[in-house]
Amino acid sequence: MGMQIANEVKLSEGVISDIHGLYEKKKKNKKILMIVLGLLPVAAFILSTVMGRYVISPLPLIDILAGKLLGLPATWPETLETVLFKVRIPRIFAAMLVGAALSAAGAAYQGLFKNPMVSPDILGASAGAGFGAAVAILMSFNIAGIQLTAFAFGLGAVMLTFVISTVMGRGSNAVLTLILTGMVVSTLFSSFTSMTKYVADPYSKLPAITFWLMGGLSSITSKDALILLIPICIGITPLLMLRWKLNVLSFGEEEAKAMGIDTRRLRFIIIICSTLLTAAAVSVSGMIGWIGLIVPHMARLVTGPDYRVLLPASMLIGSTFLVVVDDVARSVFAMEIPLGILTSLLGAPFFIYLLVKGKRGWV
Amino acid sequence: MKMELRDAACGYGSRIVAENISMEVHSGEILCLLGPNGVGKTTLFKTILGFLRLQRGEILLDGHNIFNWTKKKLAKAIGYVPQAHTPPFPFKVLDVVTMGRTAHLGAFASPSACDTAIAEEALQTLGVSFLSDRIYTEISGGERQMVLIARALAQQPEILVMDEPTSNLDFGNQIRVLEQINLLARRGIGVIMTSHFPNHAFLCSGKVALMQKSSAFIVGGVDEVVTEENLRSAYGIEVKITSAKNSRGELVKACIPLIN
Repeated sequence: MGMQIANEVKLSEGVISDIHGLYEKKKKNKKILMIVLGLLPVAAFILSTVMGRYVISPLPLIDILAGKLLGLPATWPETLETVLFKVRIPRIFAAMLVGAALSAAGAAYQGLFKNPMVSPDILGASAGAGFGAAVAILMSFNIAGIQLTAFAFGLGAVMLTFVISTVMGRGSNAVLTLILTGMVVSTLFSSFTSMTKYVADPYSKLPAITFWLMGGLSSITSKDALILLIPICIGITPLLMLRWKLNVLSFGEEEAKAMGIDTRRLRFIIIICSTLLTAAAVSVSGMIGWIGLIVPHMARLVTGPDYRVLLPASMLIGSTFLVVVDDVARSVFAMEIPLGILTSLLGAPFFIYLLVKGKRGWV
Repeated sequence: MKMELRDAACGYGSRIVAENISMEVHSGEILCLLGPNGVGKTTLFKTILGFLRLQRGEILLDGHNIFNWTKKKLAKAIGYVPQAHTPPFPFKVLDVVTMGRTAHLGAFASPSACDTAIAEEALQTLGVSFLSDRIYTEISGGERQMVLIARALAQQPEILVMDEPTSNLDFGNQIRVLEQINLLARRGIGVIMTSHFPNHAFLCSGKVALMQKSSAFIVGGVDEVVTEENLRSAYGIEVKITSAKNSRGELVKACIPLIN
């Protein structure tokens, strides 16, 4: 009898140390996971520089990079340098920024609206930017003008949503009011876009508008990519700093308040930052759907819902994802496929997969 | 700490739901708020927690009017335990409890190891440490209620506001939660809770406030407020109050509703 108890005690000690070991292992696994996630965009970057219709093999690539860094005289063909530095690298860089921006904005919105079905254009940013671009194309603005108008209209649409829903008030239902108003404003701006298309010259302007709306990064210059960096840094820094509070906010307005959060101010900051990210991304890349909706889910599958890890992971996965999709868009087929179409083609089935699998509450 | 409501009136917008409410809760005391549906118990709670504007009167904490307090300052004094619910994302239980630390963090800070330790201690206090690594959306309703209480404890408030802490729980879990509430009060926390069961007032509270639709707000000791007459007037049903002996030989009151 005594022996048996002693054995059981020993057994339970064994179990406890096993559990402890498992816990340590889990912690270690998490670290490895973050390192792997961090390497993803780097790998995607390297892969993307060699891929494309003008294939650059790895050796000359190393040659040219080393030569540029060390200031050696050029031993490589000039076309190579042009393709790499004027076309390919800016495009890769922009794809990464757009992917990270849309994914971060989407992840933040899903927490803010405590709804995993929300995408970053829910408050009208994309619809507004689309209309802005359509108007700019109709009025024959240059590329910078189109981007600027799209950006301004994207911000404007969200501001309109925000002002209308604030005027309507409804204290406790503020979040629902905001989403519904966002849907109305989005629809409104989509109709404006349709109207613009209707009056546009069907031989020159209409195709330009249609192509812009399909989304793509083919006309990116290195200047665009650098300018894009500014609003994205401004938008993403506060989100990263406030990411713990996003956890608390996803439990709902009242609970967050009771835990000491000024929800009205926090919501305002998150909306401003996410709108800045979305409008900036859409203004250079056109409408690229689904990224902001599905990438946070992909990240959640890997890291779980804690925003301390989820937000950086969403950015890393989002940038990798969009670069890879853009590689496919520009190099797999004889003709370049609009990026927005490809992301939808990939996004929709993935989302169905999540719906089928999602009985466990979006793990 | 003492929380005091003086002639408070609460409601939505310009519509007043309940008025002339005056009561006090001290540290270590449990006040149970009874009353029929729609009488304004939740509205009163929302007002105490600062979700709704106080329409008239004042709410004082140790004599200080809380009207202009920031959310953060208020959260350090008053903790809120909502009804157990399912949030949209599958957080780990320990992460949920750690969220209670938010009021103690800087504006841009994330919880430190010390905050996690406080969260673990809160789970331990309630005897549910084994839940720590589980997923909040996958545990039972009773366990979730315990986790929400632990989260409020991690916030280290002096007053706990609990909105129907026993709703949606099975018979055993209701009593287990009440036992924990009694223990918390013994540790010096003041508790205000709502309940639909007058028996719960007998089981744990010293003080009872009875809200009624047409007549006055009554507050007092459980024996003087929870009477057959008051319950009949508040809920409109026949009730008998009896008593039984517990294992220590003390008399415990209970009320039995009667259907004629």
